[in-house]
Amino acid sequence: MLPLRFRRVTMSARVLVGVKRVIDYAVKIRVKPDRTGVVTDGVKHSMNPFCEIAVEEAVKLKEKKLVKEVVAVSCGPQQVQETIRTALAMGADRGIHVEVSGKDYETLGPLQVSKIFAALAKKEQADLIILGKQAIDDDCNQTGQMTAALLDWPQGTFASEVTLEADKLKVVREIDGGLETIKIKLPAVVTADLRLNTPRYATLPNIMKAKKKKIVNVKPADLGVDVSSRLEVLKVDEPPQRQSGVKVETVHDLVEKLKEAGRI
Amino acid sequence: MNLNKLFGLSRSVSLGRNVFAPRVAQKGDCLHHFQSRRFIRSSARSLTYAKDLFLGKVNKAEVFPFPEISKEELEELNQLVQPVEKFFNEDVDSKKIDHEAVIPPETLNGLKELGLFGIQVPEEYGGLGLSNTMYARLGEITSLDGAIAVTLAAHQAIGLKGILIAGNDSQKAKYLPRLATGEHIAAFCLTEPGSGSDAASIQTRATLTEDGKHFLLNGTKFWISNGGWADIMTVFARTEVVDKDSQKKDKITAFIVERAFGGVTSGKPEDKLGIRGSNTCEITFEDTKVPIENVIGEVGGGFKVAMNILNNGRFSMGSAGAGMIKRLIELTSEYASTRKQFNRSLSEFGMIQDKFATMALNAFVMESMAYLTAGMMDRPGVPDCSLEAAMVKVFSSEGSWICVSEALQVLGGLGFTKNYPYERYLRDCRILQIFEGTNEILRMYIALTGMQYAGKILTGKIKYMKKGNVGVVFEILGKKLKDSVVKTVDFGLTGKDGVVHPSLTTIVEEQLVLKKVADVLINLYAMTAVLSRTSRSVSIGLRNHDHEVLLTNTFCKDAHFKNNFLLTQLQKNSPENNDANIKKIAQEVIAKRAYVCSHPLDRTF
Repeated sequence: MLPLRFRRVTMSARVLVGVKRVIDYAVKIRVKPDRTGVVTDGVKHSMNPFCEIAVEEAVKLKEKKLVKEVVAVSCGPQQVQETIRTALAMGADRGIHVEVSGKDYETLGPLQVSKIFAALAKKEQADLIILGKQAIDDDCNQTGQMTAALLDWPQGTFASEVTLEADKLKVVREIDGGLETIKIKLPAVVTADLRLNTPRYATLPNIMKAKKKKIVNVKPADLGVDVSSRLEVLKVDEPPQRQSGVKVETVHDLVEKLKEAGRI
Repeated sequence: MNLNKLFGLSRSVSLGRNVFAPRVAQKGDCLHHFQSRRFIRSSARSLTYAKDLFLGKVNKAEVFPFPEISKEELEELNQLVQPVEKFFNEDVDSKKIDHEAVIPPETLNGLKELGLFGIQVPEEYGGLGLSNTMYARLGEITSLDGAIAVTLAAHQAIGLKGILIAGNDSQKAKYLPRLATGEHIAAFCLTEPGSGSDAASIQTRATLTEDGKHFLLNGTKFWISNGGWADIMTVFARTEVVDKDSQKKDKITAFIVERAFGGVTSGKPEDKLGIRGSNTCEITFEDTKVPIENVIGEVGGGFKVAMNILNNGRFSMGSAGAGMIKRLIELTSEYASTRKQFNRSLSEFGMIQDKFATMALNAFVMESMAYLTAGMMDRPGVPDCSLEAAMVKVFSSEGSWICVSEALQVLGGLGFTKNYPYERYLRDCRILQIFEGTNEILRMYIALTGMQYAGKILTGKIKYMKKGNVGVVFEILGKKLKDSVVKTVDFGLTGKDGVVHPSLTTIVEEQLVLKKVADVLINLYAMTAVLSRTSRSVSIGLRNHDHEVLLTNTFCKDAHFKNNFLLTQLQKNSPENNDANIKKIAQEVIAKRAYVCSHPLDRTF
């Protein structure tokens, strides 16, 4: 018989999963001529790969009957609904679309998103938040950590394995030195790393079924969040063209060349 | 010249100007001449766009505007496309499938789970219930692997289609659910060793048992895709039917045959040039017991069922081909932009640019035709688009072959190696001109169906027409807007007194003539499709519509001149026509069963 506290947590456990709509990983990125950003118009977008892994993990927990409900959340303009629908097709139960568009969307960053997630977590009484470790467009790797801090919840970041044990979460983290295993109490924030799982395909029959699942629209103001940014992007440039190398005959020549280039 | 006609013509020309956006109207001379008045009313309203082209009439309402799907449907379609694309990009190893001539079970399972085995099966039977348009869209992706595309098509575009379009409710409820999930695989069994294009001559026989409850099936079927694995087969066999005059006749009947009925043996898979992963084999039926409940439609009505099934699935070849060519364009343009010779990248050379234009034009026309046809087929009612679908198939199969060859050429020697996919695409493409009705048969079908239709209408018309005006009707088939008002064009089809020439009854034998006629029609339909699509793109301001206008103008100009040449050749006693010589050469070669000429080095002295 499971302890009462655990039963309370898991029987009604609700997981919030954040999914971000980003430019598809296979697309060749081009910088806009005015150098204020990259070209997004008409470019193929899809769910951030790490977010897919996060959704997969949440759905797996639901299938193991360890959590009751998976809620997919995305912040952005109308198009992010596609991303939420993909999460629904993968097995999430319902979606929340936080409407942010225009200039606000261009300057939306981890700080604002984490505030939104913190507010939603309280509102939806979530027990677990799973996010991708980072987005492949800005590579910030901050949202998970900021969300945990704002909520004062423990965090298990770069997770490559997550196990629910009693009322605690055992998280194996991928760190520079190898693997670190920690135990954190629920409610908590987990960010998914590459090897956590292999996301399932949203099969066509599931996509059709997902049409019936609900997506609710919410504004940041409704959550009491100010999405104005404290950052200003000055310019965006392509990485410098790779210069061809030079072959040298002897070590002496190499040293000379390096001296010439002011490197030594 | 009848004065009424002149007024009629000028009215229709101004009509034309209003319909099309200014840019496209510049190519007004490419559009065929509108016939102002129709003397005889046509029969019940059913889509007769292509058929009416034979009368020189453009049913604008049928093809303009270009068929559109709702925003919700489009969003849903884009959602559906994503996982399929991902699967094909990441989990399908086409090279391995081709090399080992088998689709691995994991891949097949992935396809089944994705739901790709029941795309058009209604939702109540466990399928996705998608429209023809959506099926065509998914076809663009599945065509990335030829063997998989053919396996899926053989299963659902023809294998289970019979049950879908002609089956009764109990047959649908019994068989469709497991076919939709891919638990059972379907095959279409019509062709026999002695009966390919001549499908009506099949010899497989089904005889009614004494108790009248079963048919015993005996015979051999050949070239059956999915033949080695199919659990449910749509089999066509001869049955003895007693017709209205109490005469015993042999007519073809369609049956749903389960491998479980017994007596079904599959031969070993054929070792093919292309689509090697698709299973193709011989199936033999030996006293296979088929319950009478498994007859599709009526006993004796099988041939019609077969034709409907085949006509129904053809249009998707357009989008499949376009999908493949679009991928080839991406791969080859990458190469052409980086590979340098003579210190310049290949993409700067005219002959290479020509190849890219060919590929872009072909993909553009193919997808326009495919989606126009699919859109027409998706309209309510049961529209008969068999003629249009046949045109899409002929154009797409030949267009794909040319484009794949050109793509390979861009890569030169590299394209010829197995390290690159081009040689596989080339081998996979070759079958397109052969199966689903050979292009020769389809050209005959296009030309004859149209002429038969036109003949019926015109024979009635001729009774009412005054002498000398008959020429005008055939003028309309000519493409030159200016000239046709002044000149009469003589196809030798009308004799004295405006009577339709008796040789029309033997037109069936004049295949070289029919080929030209069919080619003209195919070009006309292709032009219609691109004009319709581009008009819509311009009107709604779709991204890159300028490029579409460019492609449309280029294609229409080309097609216009090609058509003119074909029609010139069709004229009576045309010096441009080599057909009589061609026939003579062929006869002499075949009589000798070898090349006829003496060796150039031979001497007589």
